[in-house]
Amino acid sequence: MMLRKLSILAAVAGLMAAGPVLAAGHPLPPKNVEWSFEGPFGKFDQAQLQRGYKVYREVCSACHSMHLVSFRNLGDKGGPFYNAEYKNPNDNPWVKAIAKDYEVADIDSETGDAIKRPATSADRFTSPYPNEAAARAGNGGALPPDMSLLAKARTGGPDYLYSLLTGYVAPPAGLKVGAGQHYNPYMAGDLTASWSGPHDKVPPGGYIAMAAPLKKDLVSFDDGTPSTIDQQAKDVSAFLMWAAEPKMEERKETGFVVILYLLLFSGLLYASYRKVWKNESH
Amino acid sequence: MADTAVGATTEPEHGNDPSRRDFIYIATIAAAAGGAASLVWPFIDQMNPSADTLALASTEFDLTKVAEGQQVTLKWRGKPLFVRNRTAGEIQKAVADDSAAMNDPQKDADRVKPGKAQWLVLIGSCTHLGCVPTFGGGDYGGWFCPCHGSHYDTSGRIRKGPAPLNLAVPEYEFLSDTTVKIG
Amino acid sequence: MSGHSTYEPKTGFERWLDARLPIVRLGYDSFVDYPTPRNLNYWYTFGGILSLCLATQLISGIILAMHYDVGDAFNSVERIMRDVNHGWLIRYMHANGASMFFIAVYIHMFRGLYYGSYKAPREVLWLLGCVIYLLMMATAFMGYVLPWGQMSFHGAVVITNLFGALPIVGESITTWLWGGFAVDDATLNRFFSLHYLLPFMIAGVVILHIWALHVVGQNNPTGVEPKSKADTLPFTPYATVKDGFAMSVFLILFAFFVFYMPNALGHADNYIPANPLVTPAHIVPEWYFLPFYAILRAVPDKLMGVLAMFGAIACLFALPWLDTSKVRSMRYRPTAKMYFFIFVVACCILGLCGAKLPDDPVIPHVKTFLLIDADLNSFVWLSRAATLYYFGFFLVILPILGLKETPLPVPESIASPALSHPAGLPAHATAAPEMKG
Repeated sequence: MMLRKLSILAAVAGLMAAGPVLAAGHPLPPKNVEWSFEGPFGKFDQAQLQRGYKVYREVCSACHSMHLVSFRNLGDKGGPFYNAEYKNPNDNPWVKAIAKDYEVADIDSETGDAIKRPATSADRFTSPYPNEAAARAGNGGALPPDMSLLAKARTGGPDYLYSLLTGYVAPPAGLKVGAGQHYNPYMAGDLTASWSGPHDKVPPGGYIAMAAPLKKDLVSFDDGTPSTIDQQAKDVSAFLMWAAEPKMEERKETGFVVILYLLLFSGLLYASYRKVWKNESH
Repeated sequence: MADTAVGATTEPEHGNDPSRRDFIYIATIAAAAGGAASLVWPFIDQMNPSADTLALASTEFDLTKVAEGQQVTLKWRGKPLFVRNRTAGEIQKAVADDSAAMNDPQKDADRVKPGKAQWLVLIGSCTHLGCVPTFGGGDYGGWFCPCHGSHYDTSGRIRKGPAPLNLAVPEYEFLSDTTVKIG
Repeated sequence: MSGHSTYEPKTGFERWLDARLPIVRLGYDSFVDYPTPRNLNYWYTFGGILSLCLATQLISGIILAMHYDVGDAFNSVERIMRDVNHGWLIRYMHANGASMFFIAVYIHMFRGLYYGSYKAPREVLWLLGCVIYLLMMATAFMGYVLPWGQMSFHGAVVITNLFGALPIVGESITTWLWGGFAVDDATLNRFFSLHYLLPFMIAGVVILHIWALHVVGQNNPTGVEPKSKADTLPFTPYATVKDGFAMSVFLILFAFFVFYMPNALGHADNYIPANPLVTPAHIVPEWYFLPFYAILRAVPDKLMGVLAMFGAIACLFALPWLDTSKVRSMRYRPTAKMYFFIFVVACCILGLCGAKLPDDPVIPHVKTFLLIDADLNSFVWLSRAATLYYFGFFLVILPILGLKETPLPVPESIASPALSHPAGLPAHATAAPEMKG
């Protein structure tokens, strides 16, 4: 029936319209990476998350906070340091050891003085700067974004993060790059104003205040994986996806059961419907 | 509409096999009930303590902060926790009363860790209706609950008044001679 | 609620209760014995689906409010996602449930439009539906503000500023709405309060909507009122099992979004905490508002744009008196049917335009010529064409068409074509309405 088709079309058009919209400067679309956590049965690769955590710890965390993630989350099911022996992540020795390396601000309950104490698994990741102004001052006026939700807060998600990290190239001739700025074709922005070449050939992408952060062998992986820029970028992007959506595995597992149930239930309802209406024309 | 409002029921003639028909209806209703029950669980469970609350459920405490004959009140799981460094007199009194008639008989030695009789760790919540008892009041030299007049002795055992049970001893352990981990 | 009741209390307790509060009788008459036209198709199951949507949103919303903290809005939503037991499930259900609610309501509305369900004696039924739709839009808008991300914040800025377009009182109204000089904590706090209140008002109007439905009876695809017992079937089990099946299928779609693409209908920017100093590159409302957003932007003048947007909704309220046709269902109005489908397409085009940049070309890399303020091959001009059709459909086509068109013969009763289905219409069944027609 035409009405049916058109209404479905309407719904589909509505859904498509809600999809991502290209920004003004039209950056390059992110490279498509095959992630272990894609698809309805996707799961995080724990070894990759551990490597990604190491990249975060040794490189990113110098400037970027991750204030929504607690140390205990690292030992949650699906997390980088989950161990089936320690169902309660607060007892997980790796989590405890990681937390101990951090210092968190506290108040001495005896004297009321502001003190620093070693973090516990219940604490959250500490921020490298005490406040936003300090973070800006330390980074030439640009604020390093918090990383807890970064993979969900950027269109393209982990693909985008990976593309950005591996996408640093020399600026094309004719593009004026200011001090403290770096050209990246995957960054959102509009370069028209600083482009002296032909008007219809404005390069894609924009400026980013962060210099290319990754270098070959910058991080040594404990599992012996060669530490290339590509590997580091992939691993840290996967880790950030986990940090942004730690319940993803649980969500997909639950979803499978729910949809299976609904299919069965719909089938039963349809059979009941056929029985009830058996002798009624309509 | 009025003329059709009276049930226009033509009882559907069911299939030839009534058992199969019933099976489908019963299976459908059972599936609906099962689905509804599993859906309700997350909606109920969300009110249980969340992961961040549970993570704070254990706490470590440095006993050197408590002088003999003193008591420190901590907040643990949202409730007051008494950590008392008992004097020899208090311990003696508690042990002497071990065989006295009590509502909730318990030996003093069972309420402290072996060899650490001076350290009494109690949840400071009256077992009657949850008020916070004060130390030094009451007829037994221990705690007294101002709400409904329950008297506890120097071991935190209920001796007089409406409270049914002794002040609860939480799960705790000595990490060293001077540090306890509660919870 | 109409006709006389056939409920017979069986037990002593039922008789006792029935004499004091006939609530079982009300339920029996409304949802068991209630006669429904026997020819209702699946488009008629969306009323039931909408009740399911409302219940889902109410329950999940009340739960979220147990954990949400207006003073620390963004972080408390993330706490729900990370720490509250099953919090991620409940929040994703609520966020995607809003979209499902609108999908269902749009289908429900287009169905009403197609089968003439707004015509006498169902005007009040239709008006109550329009009120529900308005309340839904207000609720959805305020709910979207609550996570206090970048889209939440700047969406609230843009929408509240719409009222600033009103002459004289505009500025006072926006200041009053904000409770300050800009969208701020005070605004968030009142939006939370109202977002909690409005769904209960929706539930109230829904009761009126169902009441009105049960007074006038359901319309049906033929648009012919039931005339005899042969035209109807009791609500239970016939409609109940059909609605139940449709709900279950709808839930599969819902579950697919919740579990496999929970953020597809949202915007990445809303995972960035609200920052009044930086506006995201694209302020785009949620998909269900896009057609109205496109109408707003189609008009170059601020006040006229706002008026056009509100006018688009006002048309829905006036619809029962705009359509002059004597025939209810467009099944028998071939010309109207054609215009209706163009209208559906126009609404989709408006939705598409709302998501695009106004100056971007519709056909890529093609330049035509500048017309007034933009190239003709641009989304702003496409949205203008669609807006024109939107208003034309309500204000010109429906009033005139009803007087001019020649409808197809309408069947005498629901049962006459329905009963002969699927063997084909016997000669006398088609002949009879022609003699009448």
